[in-house]
Amino acid sequence: MSRINSPSELEEFRKGILLKRDPNKPCITLCSGSACHASGSGEVAASLEAEIEKQGLRDKVDIRRTGCHGFCERGPIIVIHPDEICYFQIKPEDVPDIISQTIMEKKVIERLLYTDPVTKEKIIHESEIPFYKNQKRLVFGSNGSIDPKSIDDYLAIGGYSALAKAFSEMSAEAVLGEVKKSNLRGRGGGGFPAGRKWEGSRNAPEPIKYVIVNADEGDPGAYMDRALLEGNPHAILEGLTLGAYAIGAHEGYIYVRQEYPLAVENVHIAIRQAEAYGFLGKNILGSGFDFKVIVHQGAGAFVCGESTALMTALEGRAGEPRPKYVRSNIVGLWGRPSVLNNVETWANVPLIINKGADWFTQFGTEGSKGTKIFSLVGKITNTGLVEVPMGTHLRDIIFKIGGGIPGGRKFKAVQTGGPSGGCIPEELLDLEVGFDELTKAGSMMGSGGMIVLDEDTCMVDVSRYFIEFLTDESCGKCTPCREGLRQMLKILTNITEGKGREGDIELLEALSETAIEASLCALGKSAPNPFLSTLRYFRNEYEAHIREKRCPALSCKELIAYHIDPAKCQACMICFKKCPAEAIVGGKNKIHVVDQEKCTKCGTCFEACPPRFSAVQKISGEPVPSPIPEEERMITRKGKEK
Amino acid sequence: MDNDRIDQIIEKHHGEASSLIQVLLEIQSENNWLPKEALERIGERLCVPLTRIQHIATFYKAFSLVPKGRHGIHICMGTACHVRGAKRVLDTVQDMTGIKPGETDLDMKFSLETVNCLGCCALGPVMEIDGKTYGKVVPGETANVLKNYE
Repeated sequence: MSRINSPSELEEFRKGILLKRDPNKPCITLCSGSACHASGSGEVAASLEAEIEKQGLRDKVDIRRTGCHGFCERGPIIVIHPDEICYFQIKPEDVPDIISQTIMEKKVIERLLYTDPVTKEKIIHESEIPFYKNQKRLVFGSNGSIDPKSIDDYLAIGGYSALAKAFSEMSAEAVLGEVKKSNLRGRGGGGFPAGRKWEGSRNAPEPIKYVIVNADEGDPGAYMDRALLEGNPHAILEGLTLGAYAIGAHEGYIYVRQEYPLAVENVHIAIRQAEAYGFLGKNILGSGFDFKVIVHQGAGAFVCGESTALMTALEGRAGEPRPKYVRSNIVGLWGRPSVLNNVETWANVPLIINKGADWFTQFGTEGSKGTKIFSLVGKITNTGLVEVPMGTHLRDIIFKIGGGIPGGRKFKAVQTGGPSGGCIPEELLDLEVGFDELTKAGSMMGSGGMIVLDEDTCMVDVSRYFIEFLTDESCGKCTPCREGLRQMLKILTNITEGKGREGDIELLEALSETAIEASLCALGKSAPNPFLSTLRYFRNEYEAHIREKRCPALSCKELIAYHIDPAKCQACMICFKKCPAEAIVGGKNKIHVVDQEKCTKCGTCFEACPPRFSAVQKISGEPVPSPIPEEERMITRKGKEK
Repeated sequence: MDNDRIDQIIEKHHGEASSLIQVLLEIQSENNWLPKEALERIGERLCVPLTRIQHIATFYKAFSLVPKGRHGIHICMGTACHVRGAKRVLDTVQDMTGIKPGETDLDMKFSLETVNCLGCCALGPVMEIDGKTYGKVVPGETANVLKNYE
């Protein structure tokens, strides 16, 4: 491949790619993102290759292994173009049918289709499935149609045209102006306007400047950045190059977690390809502008997601944050002006340049423009990545797109914003999602994690969980964060173990206040959020744990006991056999009893007991009923008497 | 790990002190842990004091200063897995292997680690052994899974 030397050459080249592609030729796209990979898309791909080879269809059908489609709950996912037939939970055994029926005979295979849980109707096309239908996939949409390892795929959907447009029609100031006008706010957590950040760097006197992609996505339960980087790395490179052009940087860094091996691999491939085509390197597209990108792998430290800590880590040191008296866009990496934005923010930039700020601002609310990708996880029917316009109601995201809570359980709260975010209770579900709206409700946007909690989730435990996470991830620089969080964790653990005391809540509040006031970086300043927001909306749960030694959600191990209701037990032996601690006493036709001494409270019996019996119960805050006497444990079954 | 290989890795990163973390990561991934001799060699070649290398090797989670077992068990403790019962999976695996997170058993068979999110939230709770992902793990069934590893 020879270099592309001008915007017009790029357009010629793009035409060439499109000419070679027959839009009517069947193309099987298979989701190969990390989640689908874990559910077996690798085996499905191998089986597809083998079957196509076997049936001699090499020239008649294309296979494209794409990035994450978002509907992880139903992976591995196959979409067959051009008809957009969508199959879910594919196993290698399904492949011969897909090839011989759908590809050869154009027949749809009913059993692999999505069934609407309400109407029970089978849905053929991806865009008609409620999960997809209610989204607006501006940034994430291309993921499903391109092979992230193929730059030609990206070019075929108009890739690098924003860069070409910028170089041929726009000055660096104009690019910056467009981004400023779009009011694009940082998608990584802070929500700082990207244009203002860029402007600061551009105007800084220091001649050497840097642009940085923050792909150190550490929030547990959030993986939208990984999906973008894995599935559409060129979009991020294009955005980054536009940013570099706007501020006058010639060197960029991608800081990506080493826990994301596929993202690291795809980004390396993308950089090599972009260099070969001349979208990176010297004299990009004949513009005279030089820009190179270096990948730096993170070694596993949550705090490195914080901008100044990330820059310290890039310098090869332990990632500790530094004070922000002077912002890092003025004095950042190696003391030079550095624009650091999150993956999703960069991915928005080519769209804004291509379609204009006016197009972009039609989506969203007054203060938050565009769309946002959320990772919808936890106790939710449709786990996955969803992209919606800012301002969408939480209720719509959770119930219309997410399909509500599985197992007929009741919604309790949604946790947003990662470990430093907060919980939003049911009465606030009509809240519009946006940076300012979520902050007002005591939570935050964060990078877009949305963890749905149901009635079985204990809010004290959720708060303990996040404080434990943050205690572990605190870099140790500031005392209120290092020591304060440790004390908060101790107290919260005591509460969940039934050792809570009067005054604990007040003490936790005091520790929270100190951490907020006296920590240097956002990690410490926002660390008490999980506690404060759960206390704000679920104070009664804290009080039940402390005063009654009762866990209302029946979740805290130390405060519950498992008990088999002798009136309901059918002595079916299922729990008896499954108990890993051999804590169930009983036998055939002999009512089972939990030996409280041996029970490890793993919950296996509770899950194993068939729903039609529901004999295993969880008890909290009251004594376990004593077991019925031996002689009353035998069951005589009707019709089976001899 | 011999010095020649360490030198090669350092060369690859142009012997720059700022690439210390990248060098350590590569050695960790090849050797599975960071022996003291390797750290001393890196210190010499990159002209970085050993205290700083130790600081980095203990600050970041990816590094281990002790040898690891033949099989690495990673239990996801991400929020989505947590609310779906990851703690119960961890408890059961701890009981079964007799080791706590961060430890390796005496036979060098298993090393147990907790991780903060594997990003397979749809499959939670998730356990990963030697790169193979086990989704929707039920505590009672972990014994069957662990049995397959020698």
